[in-house]
Amino acid sequence: MSGWFLTLSLVVALAAVHRPFGDHMYRVVVDKRHTMVERGIYRAVGVDPAAEQTWGVYARSVLAFSAVSILFLYLLLRLQDRLWLSLGMDPVKDHVAWNTAVSFVTNTNWQAYAGESTMGHLAQMSGLAVQNFVSAAVGIAVAVALLRGFAARKASTLGNFWVDLTRITLRILLPICVLATLILMISGTVQNLSGGTDVTTLTGATQHLTGGPVASQEAIKELGTNGGGFYNANSAHPFENPSVWTNWLQLFLILLIPFSLPRVFGRMIGQNRQGYAIVAVMAVLAIASIALTVGFETHGAGTVPQAAGAAMEGKEARFGVSGSAVYAAVTTLTSTGAVNSFHDSYTSLGGMMPMIDMMLGEVAPGGTGSGLYGLLVLALITVFVAGLMVGRTPEYLGKKIGAREIKLASLYFLVTPALVLIGTAAAFATGNNATALNTGPHGLSEVLYAFTSAANNNGSAFAGITVSTGWWDTATGLAMLLGRFVPLILVLALAGSLARQQPVPESEGTLPTHQPLFVGMVVGVTVVLVALTFLPALALGPLAEGLS
Amino acid sequence: MTAVLEKTQTRNTTKTIAAVRRDALPDALRKLDPRTQWRNPVMFIVEIGAVFTTVLSIAEPSLFAWLITGWLWLTVLFANLAEAVAEGRGKAQAAALRSAKQDTMARLRDGRVVPAPDLALGDVVVVEAGETVPGDGDVVEGIASVDESAITGESAPVIRESGGDRSAVTGGTRVLSDRIVVRITQRPGESFVDRMIALVEGANRQKTPNEIALNILLAALTIIFLLAVVTLQPLAIFSKAYQAAAPDSAAITAHGVTGIVLVSLLVCLIPTTIGALLSAIGIAGMDRLVQRNVLAMSGRAVEAAGDVSTLLLDKTGTITLGNRQACEFVPLKGVDPQALADAAQLSSLADETPEGRSIVVLATSEYGLREREAGLMTGATWVPFTAQTRMSGVDLPGRSIRKGAAASVITWARQHSAEVDAIVDRISDEGGTPLVVAENDQILGVIHLKDVVKPGMRARFDEMRRMGIRTVMITGDNPRTAAAIAAEAGVDDFLAEATPEDKLALIRKEQQGGRLVAMTGDGTNDAPALAQADVGVAMNTGTSAAKEAGNMVDLDSDPTKLIEIVEIGKQLLITRGALTTFSIANDIAKYFAIIPAMFAGVYPGLDTLNVMRLHSPGSAILSAVVFNAIVIVFLIPLALRGVRYRPSSAAALLRRNLLIYGVGGVVAPFLGIKLLDLFIQLIPGI
Repeated sequence: MSGWFLTLSLVVALAAVHRPFGDHMYRVVVDKRHTMVERGIYRAVGVDPAAEQTWGVYARSVLAFSAVSILFLYLLLRLQDRLWLSLGMDPVKDHVAWNTAVSFVTNTNWQAYAGESTMGHLAQMSGLAVQNFVSAAVGIAVAVALLRGFAARKASTLGNFWVDLTRITLRILLPICVLATLILMISGTVQNLSGGTDVTTLTGATQHLTGGPVASQEAIKELGTNGGGFYNANSAHPFENPSVWTNWLQLFLILLIPFSLPRVFGRMIGQNRQGYAIVAVMAVLAIASIALTVGFETHGAGTVPQAAGAAMEGKEARFGVSGSAVYAAVTTLTSTGAVNSFHDSYTSLGGMMPMIDMMLGEVAPGGTGSGLYGLLVLALITVFVAGLMVGRTPEYLGKKIGAREIKLASLYFLVTPALVLIGTAAAFATGNNATALNTGPHGLSEVLYAFTSAANNNGSAFAGITVSTGWWDTATGLAMLLGRFVPLILVLALAGSLARQQPVPESEGTLPTHQPLFVGMVVGVTVVLVALTFLPALALGPLAEGLS
Repeated sequence: MTAVLEKTQTRNTTKTIAAVRRDALPDALRKLDPRTQWRNPVMFIVEIGAVFTTVLSIAEPSLFAWLITGWLWLTVLFANLAEAVAEGRGKAQAAALRSAKQDTMARLRDGRVVPAPDLALGDVVVVEAGETVPGDGDVVEGIASVDESAITGESAPVIRESGGDRSAVTGGTRVLSDRIVVRITQRPGESFVDRMIALVEGANRQKTPNEIALNILLAALTIIFLLAVVTLQPLAIFSKAYQAAAPDSAAITAHGVTGIVLVSLLVCLIPTTIGALLSAIGIAGMDRLVQRNVLAMSGRAVEAAGDVSTLLLDKTGTITLGNRQACEFVPLKGVDPQALADAAQLSSLADETPEGRSIVVLATSEYGLREREAGLMTGATWVPFTAQTRMSGVDLPGRSIRKGAAASVITWARQHSAEVDAIVDRISDEGGTPLVVAENDQILGVIHLKDVVKPGMRARFDEMRRMGIRTVMITGDNPRTAAAIAAEAGVDDFLAEATPEDKLALIRKEQQGGRLVAMTGDGTNDAPALAQADVGVAMNTGTSAAKEAGNMVDLDSDPTKLIEIVEIGKQLLITRGALTTFSIANDIAKYFAIIPAMFAGVYPGLDTLNVMRLHSPGSAILSAVVFNAIVIVFLIPLALRGVRYRPSSAAALLRRNLLIYGVGGVVAPFLGIKLLDLFIQLIPGI
């Protein structure tokens, strides 16, 4: 499938479904009624579903839930040998268990282990897969809380986290995953509880083929922009992603929720055109990135790629260069981090693109929920500067952007770049960069990529670097933890501050935030901020390599 | 416009400008004191950088190091100069005001004489012709003509009298005639002139909300770039070690990027342009108001003026000329128009109101009646207008003529006809005021008094609408009259038969809808509404209660100035936004200058990024630093003058300013740095 056709078919499919699906999500989060199952859950946990939470309570609920999740997952991994379905696997090493627990709870799915040789079925199903669901739901819930902040008039509350979490999991994620699992199974993805099969290969050697609940894991891995593969090879493995068709389906699932959330935004604030503007920003950035990635890979520099006609090293023949490059772009434009090819083997500039995608803050369209709230913060900063140029105190959707709002927004865009830059510098300053298999600019890229991926909660790996050491597990674990929860708290604080305001009615003097000019400005601000922050580091990595 | 400060400035033009020039440089140098400098975080970082490079230059002297160091110090100095120049203009104005404030002695009513600064709140003083009013207060007894030129610059004397809305006097003004008794309403040292001086000097200038917010954003950007630069070092050391064969350069050695170059990169990236000019923009914004003779009590009010979405304007004096004029006599059927004109003129001869005079004039000019003098009429008894009778007129032998409100005259004439009602209704519907004229028992007809809308008001309101501002006319007229004038003037809405309570309620209602309201007022009963409004402009002629309640005072007492105030508020915000955009957009070109300069020695491929084809790493870095400093000087006039503002929709403004300051901000430094490089490369050794 050529890159153009692949991209175009995804655009058409998403354009067709983002409205009805967004409307569905909107109805789920504003619905006044609770289903029987939900009421049962609330009773069991002891939550009053009618209780409205202030931003502080909402944030504490998110943090409490996540802390318990990390602890539970850590213990499950450490004790897996004493539980069922361990397939005889050893307990996961302590620093790997910490890293993995943080990684899955933060929706990163950075994997400092090889799935088929580390995790038993119980750890996969009730540990990792469960977090794949709820970490995605947490992201969406926080985004919805921010949207409520925009929509509210002089309100102090943002909804109820426990209700949002339950509904998003049960009414949005679960039904689609059931359907997607079935389709994947029909299309050839493995789904069983087998402990593995030994086969004799053509050359007479014996090979151990691990089976397991792959298709069910795969569905939420993509839909929840998680990206943690059942197998070490992730979506390059034929049991996870057997064909061009499943590759397309995975891409579609990855993009479905992030591209539909702006519709929820439009519905919540009662102005669908504002949602379209946000979708447009996402689409412009995404299509530009995909085009560049595919372009660099198909016309890439380098002796071997030029001799072969394209850069095929590290790519699966069944997906081809385009199918791999599009996947690399999509997985990093979102916070997924699943891979169907080896990013380390990309051309220098082609390999820079996934890094830039993540450095954008994963906002085009980004992770489930996190993409939308990230982009809205960027829109807020754009409005602040642009709004001044029309001679008014800046306001976005009628909410004034004062000192408190800009403080929270500024801190938000400060956190992730700080983690990436400090982490990378620390690796070099402490000599831990030596675990990179390459030297020179490419080795620098490998380290930079690792921290970019962790701090942005992406989870994909450039690879070519040994990250299962204690230092790396601790450092990337911290990057993931801070990269997820600090921005998330800031967004909730921002939501609380916006909710308290009485919106200013729109007039001719209001900066229009639904027109192409504004879309262009948000794109510009996003790109310029990233370029200014990361250009020096990129210059010594992929640019030095690619421009030589 | 009569602007006192412009006048006093004209008087002292040469002196003032010389003073500003003379004081600005020492002031700028004084501001280098870290205790002052840290208030501007962006420039504080530059100062620290300059100190650092100075130390490095002393330790390892080179021409390049000293040039960079010199220009870094100049960068900080230019920023302080911008602020000092902006403050200097205010200082000159304050000096002019101080000279007006003389050492006055105050004579208390009980005969004691005390120096004016010792007067306490509530003291009662006597001021006679030729004396200076010792402090702000209200006239409690007497009437006098007062020369207020020291405050307003207007040389024509004004009348101040006890009671009513013209009772306020200001300290420092001179009584020209008569004697008044004044109750002091100020605390010592808090007089109007004191406050004016403090304001124009920017003495205890506080940062405004939007300025604070912008400062936070600039601080955040500074931190980001600080991180980007600091974390670069381990990467640079690693890269240099990998390419160990590459020779050391002025930019990079085995120990990484040199301190001089790292600081240069940092200073070029952090938003120094806007950081340098931000406070000057704020001071200049206040200053522009002062130039138009408006005193804002806080910068917050100036910013709020830019945000105003509803403008409450008094009809009389703002939208219409102060008084109504007769435009037509409408006789009843069967009545000779000449007879009506004659009666109308006769009844108005003793009427000294502008309306009365306009009736006499109309009768003379349109009906050819000769002018008559009230004093020359024998046997005439003039009946003056009273609020009870609501009519006036004249009793001549055998003739009794009245003109006045329809109901009153109809009752007086004991005659009622549908025809009169029809004419009265028509005139009211057209926004006019009908005055019915009757002679003896017969109603002759109706005089049409018309409110004359000031020329150009409709265009002004159309402009406001394009800016997204709703105009509401406030009037005591009945709704029908109000509607007609509102339609003629082109305002969006009106509040008829308005009481002070109605005004207050209207402001609250608008504010509840999230709108910001601006209004003008002068009377004591306007005070609550002035206090409630987001921008309340009190007229200087008004009562001290009104002046206390508002957050701006217009020394010219010109209600239309509200519109200019809004424009000044917008201009202030636009200037900030435009220069912020320009500052950030500049960074792109600086990267293209500095990154290849730093690393092309290690990785020759990176020279591809040297799109400006700058001469050498040294000249490239120096050019970027020099450009960064010079651009501040170039933009000082713009910061002080403000970005040009033409009222138009937000979308149009954005497009225009984005093109000039956004796109211009990207392009300008490419040209500037290249140009500087052409000269700098001539310096030997660079």
